[in-house]
Amino acid sequence: MKGYNFAYLDEQTKRMIRRALLKAVAIPGHQVPFGSREMPLPYGWGTGGIQVTASILGPHDVLKVIDQGADDTTNAVSIRRFFARTAGVRTTTATAEATVIQTRHRIPEKTLREDQIIVYQVPQPEPLWRLEPSRVETTRMHGLADYGLMHVKLYEDIARLGQISISYDYPVMVNHRYLMSPSPIPAFDNPKMDMMPALQLFGAGREKRIYAIPPWTRVKSLDFDDHPFRAINAPHPCGLCGSTDAYLDEVVTDDRGGRLFVCSDTDHCAERRAAGFVGADGAREAAE
Amino acid sequence: MAYVAVKGGEQAIDAAHAWLAEERRGDAETKALSVAQIQEQLGRAVDRVMAEGSLYDHQLAALAIKQAQGDLIEAVFLLRAYRTTLPRFAHTKPIESGEMRIERRISAIFKDLPGGQVLGPTSDYTHRLLDFSLLEEDERTNRPPPVAGETEAMPRVSDILRHEGLLEADTAATCEPGDLTRDPLALPADRDVRLQALARGDEGFVLGMGYSTQRGYGGTHPFAGEIRMGEVSVEIEPAELGFAIDIGDLVLTECQMVTQFKGTRTVPPQFTRGYGLVFGFGERKAMAMALVDRAMRAAELGEDVTAPAQNIEFVLYHSDNIEATGFVEHLKLPHYVDFQSELQNVWRMRTETNT
Repeated sequence: MKGYNFAYLDEQTKRMIRRALLKAVAIPGHQVPFGSREMPLPYGWGTGGIQVTASILGPHDVLKVIDQGADDTTNAVSIRRFFARTAGVRTTTATAEATVIQTRHRIPEKTLREDQIIVYQVPQPEPLWRLEPSRVETTRMHGLADYGLMHVKLYEDIARLGQISISYDYPVMVNHRYLMSPSPIPAFDNPKMDMMPALQLFGAGREKRIYAIPPWTRVKSLDFDDHPFRAINAPHPCGLCGSTDAYLDEVVTDDRGGRLFVCSDTDHCAERRAAGFVGADGAREAAE
Repeated sequence: MAYVAVKGGEQAIDAAHAWLAEERRGDAETKALSVAQIQEQLGRAVDRVMAEGSLYDHQLAALAIKQAQGDLIEAVFLLRAYRTTLPRFAHTKPIESGEMRIERRISAIFKDLPGGQVLGPTSDYTHRLLDFSLLEEDERTNRPPPVAGETEAMPRVSDILRHEGLLEADTAATCEPGDLTRDPLALPADRDVRLQALARGDEGFVLGMGYSTQRGYGGTHPFAGEIRMGEVSVEIEPAELGFAIDIGDLVLTECQMVTQFKGTRTVPPQFTRGYGLVFGFGERKAMAMALVDRAMRAAELGEDVTAPAQNIEFVLYHSDNIEATGFVEHLKLPHYVDFQSELQNVWRMRTETNT
């Protein structure tokens, strides 16, 4: 784009971000402060993810951007356009074709490969923030691996509710050392992070933190031996493709309690339907 | 089928932008607003956008206000996003506010002082009655001839007080000042970084924090030692030249609050200071900034830290309106994945309690 560097950020800034990324990869799960820049998109809308993507993107990369698992949600469209415009890279909606996937709130259903990088947009990198608002305090707690507060919170949940009440942004332990926020993905996606072949990068623009999980790293959702971690999903198959193991969105179809459950990962759903899988509602639609 | 509703983000965005452009222009029967008009006639808005946008450029600030339909935080955002792409050629020498070409200078602690009290273009003593004559499109005002400019030297009130040893001395910085636009905030934050955050901070937030100190949440018994507004020269000293050259002027508002300090075993009782400095004519902001600056010095001066305005981490993390507006407004982005997991979670907990 005229007047701007490739992928918007100037090279000095990219270098600064890459240094932070290297440090983050070297210390899995540790939050590295970085000189987050003011981006032409608002804070809270993916500025951290965008800066990370801008710093790692090359002219031959193929970019996929999803929000809530879908390629066509407004903010995903906006970010994809931003890079198409400022970097001129090829974009795709197919998970398998992408070399870089920027995401908000989901991990694609398809297993990612070693030659792919997934970039998460992170609103709040500090996993302890609900328990301790001061970053001076939480930094000390991370330094000492003092995570008792979080274990007590989980214990109290079980004591009071019979189960852990966190359903998204479910805290994980990375490489047996750092407590980390997986970003607000549903707990359903947490197991995908464990020993993932792809590099996982996390950018929090407003909070000015970067962190990472190198490929093939242990990521464990916090739990207790007698209360193991359980992922939750709606107990339905996808209405359109019939998938029974994909995360589902609930779509309200009328004001009489009508509901349609569909894959949140639009690419996964479309691919299955193209391969001939049809769900109950998909069949009804075809018949109409 | 309802499912279609979540598709089609692309066309929806284009349509929204087209509608926005039309809205911004308003009724085509009215004259289009020029950037020059905003620059000349909405000066206070321009000043605020420059201050919080951290970029001293009247024309670009006016353009941002026009583009943002007068939404000043949006205008600040536009200006900031532009500023971040600009290369840095040099650092200026510290500006010398003591040599300001004064347009306004008042002190609330001395009835008269060298240089005198100069009201300048203040609205302080106007009666806030709507002036219906301004409804006339072709307003012709009879401007009184400008008062002959003062030439008398105007030493800063803080310098006058300091001669008597009653006011704490300026402390020279031990290192280069920090820059929040390049480096992330690190705590504990020194005063240079705190002042930068306040100068860029949201006027409403800083005002509210300053006000809270006056109502008992970290009170400091402040007096407006001096408020001055006017033009100062900006100089750089290129290494290859070895002497300073004047590259332009800035209009600034500076406020020095003088506050009580009971002293400690080693320091005699004296007055301490809170400092405020903003681009343009921004008296409200400069005064509030000085109050909050002083409040944040509580720990340094051995006072109890109990109030929000004294809590450096709290003030610094929440003063930036671009960070705040982004994060508050991001709640309108889709969250249906998270909400769905909460729904399922609630279902699960209800079933398990019932069984």
